Amino acid sequence: MNDIINPVALVDRSFYFIIGFSFVFLFAIIFVMIFFVIRYRRSIHPVPADIRGNVWLEIAWIFISAFIALAMFVSGWQAYTGLRDVPEGAMEIEVMGQSFSWIVLYANGKEVENEIVVPVNTPVKLNITSLDVIHSLFIPAFRVKVDAVQGLNTYAWFIAEKKGEYFFQCTEFCGIGHADMTGVVRVVSREKYDEWINKEDDW
Amino acid sequence: MDFEKSFFETPSSARLTGIWSWLLTTDHKRIGLMYLFATGFWFLLAVLLGGLLRLELMFPGQTLLSSHLYNSIFTLHGVIMIFLFIIPALPAVFGNFFLPMQIGTDDVFFPKLNLMSWYLYMLGGVIAIFSLFSDGFPDTGWTFYVPFSISTNTNVSTAVFAAFVLGFASMLTGLNFITTIHRMRHPKMGWLQIPLFTWSLYATSWVQLLATPIISVTLVLVMVERYFNVGLFDPARGGGPILYQHLFWMYSHPAVYIMILPGMGVISEIIPVFARKSIFGYKAIVASSMAIAVAGSLVWAHHMYTSGMSDTAVFVFSFLTFVVAIPSAIKVFSWVATLYKGAIEMTPPLFLSLCFIYLFSVGGLTGLVLGGAGTDIHVHDTHFVVSHFHFTMFGGTGFAFFAALHYWWPKMFGRMYNFKWAYIASVLVTGGFIFHYVPMFILGLQGMPRRYYDYLPQYANGNFMAGFGGLFMIVGIFMMMTNLILSLKRERNAPADPWGGVTLEWMTPSPPPLHNFTGEPEVLDYPYDFSKVIEKFARKPKES
Repeated sequence: MNDIINPVALVDRSFYFIIGFSFVFLFAIIFVMIFFVIRYRRSIHPVPADIRGNVWLEIAWIFISAFIALAMFVSGWQAYTGLRDVPEGAMEIEVMGQSFSWIVLYANGKEVENEIVVPVNTPVKLNITSLDVIHSLFIPAFRVKVDAVQGLNTYAWFIAEKKGEYFFQCTEFCGIGHADMTGVVRVVSREKYDEWINKEDDW
Repeated sequence: MDFEKSFFETPSSARLTGIWSWLLTTDHKRIGLMYLFATGFWFLLAVLLGGLLRLELMFPGQTLLSSHLYNSIFTLHGVIMIFLFIIPALPAVFGNFFLPMQIGTDDVFFPKLNLMSWYLYMLGGVIAIFSLFSDGFPDTGWTFYVPFSISTNTNVSTAVFAAFVLGFASMLTGLNFITTIHRMRHPKMGWLQIPLFTWSLYATSWVQLLATPIISVTLVLVMVERYFNVGLFDPARGGGPILYQHLFWMYSHPAVYIMILPGMGVISEIIPVFARKSIFGYKAIVASSMAIAVAGSLVWAHHMYTSGMSDTAVFVFSFLTFVVAIPSAIKVFSWVATLYKGAIEMTPPLFLSLCFIYLFSVGGLTGLVLGGAGTDIHVHDTHFVVSHFHFTMFGGTGFAFFAALHYWWPKMFGRMYNFKWAYIASVLVTGGFIFHYVPMFILGLQGMPRRYYDYLPQYANGNFMAGFGGLFMIVGIFMMMTNLILSLKRERNAPADPWGGVTLEWMTPSPPPLHNFTGEPEVLDYPYDFSKVIEKFARKPKES
């Protein structure tokens, strides 16, 4: 169990990397721009220089920005592979989107609506499809999102490390009830989960 | 100053009078102005619709709009802004007016086709309105994703047809511009003497011409699907909904470059003029425009990381997305470097251009978050995306449109506007903009999806803030437009070259005469050579 890397960490690392770099970049550009506008205003700097370009400078910033872009791409891709590589032996749950609710079906035939109950510290694979138009299952806490398409089987996986309730939402616009297609992932202890899964449907 | 009769006094077919001298004109300047009024109308309407959306979201629960009405209004807001404002705004208004002037000619290559494009554009707008009042406006979003757009009962076909007609207007304008640039340039103007705004229109026009047919075909397929139930896209009949998304974005992603490239061209014109200094890296900017046009056509599926397409496709499209970021970065660096050791005069168009650089940089950098495969999964289809594309499309193209209005207004109408009010309005719009859209980034990172009329309680604060900023922004926009319109009551006394520009449109009276130039325009060897301007102003004492 310990050798499973939680993709949330990979995704967050990529977020910090890209957003952090962006902030540095943005502040540098804007600082230089404002500095030039003040320093070279016409009232104190009436005679402009005639500079039409500088090949080395231009080559330098092409390569530097290409290098940074490449690093960002790699970090994003690593996070993505973390989200896609399901650990062996993950618990599988079927999730079906329909206008406007989520049907959740367990291996033993238990069926619930707008609620996914999972044991803590267990990798869970969600097999997703749609019964009508396209929906998209989004669980922000686990950084997963995948479209539910009729006739197509998609998947997502996550591992919940803390007990608690995490909400999920539909993120592909599907009509009047789109905003109401929300639900809860309930992460409980193994014992509670076993008790819940074997209980007859109480609804 | 002696006035040659301007194009306002000389109809292009001399026998036309009154309203007909506008409606049947083949003068590119009049057609440009007709586009200006039409796009201006749609823009302000769509701004108000956007305001309604944010007002609904300011407070949790259903407050102002029902779910259905909210869905219709965001669809309407998107369709109008995209197809009736942003795509035509810069090319059709300023491109029509200034492209022939910048290359030293008297009209576009196909003046009648140009007029026809305007009629197609108006027809598309009328059909869009018609779809609103017939069966209830479509509630699919501007993306018309299948199978929802096939199954919903609202009037999707009419709206789709409107977009189809507008596509033709866009394609014909592109065709016209390409031909004009190839065939009508001043004999002394080589390719590397073309001003950058015209260059950006050249790149844009190719994308318009080559990408728009794809959306036209796709929209026809949606209509076929709705009327004849063929099963092209409907999975229940064996069709492929992902195929639709590919076809849709194959146009709609290049389309965002149709929207932004002319904006970049405008900024590349304005910054050198007010720094009174050559643009930094002219050739690099030209090359990056063409690179964006080519590479930007190959990144469409980065809208589809979560769609269920293969991981290989995600890899390729994520990579290409980062590639296309590079030419955009080059442009930003070049603009800032242009300011270095300039003689910078602050004016409303320059102020708006600097705001553009800031807002567009934020938009571009957040685009990197969305281009990264793993990070996009979390923020895809959330408010983060909403904020990102408003930063690029509104903070970018919209602000370039405002800057172009303030830059070329004296040339178009021969009248200068009030600077003080222009600044106040610009500060309001920019400040409001930041308070409007920055909270949406945070909402998106917290996980608030887009296209929600109601939301979970944890998103209440961000939405309230955003609505508040939006109010300032809308007030600022209307103030800016009012200031410009009020200037029309002033005396027509703007000089031929109020800013000290060097491109050819400044070498002729304001407003220009019917055939654009009074004599033979003088083409500079290097298009941004300010030495004569510097000389002229050095001889003249300030405040002349």
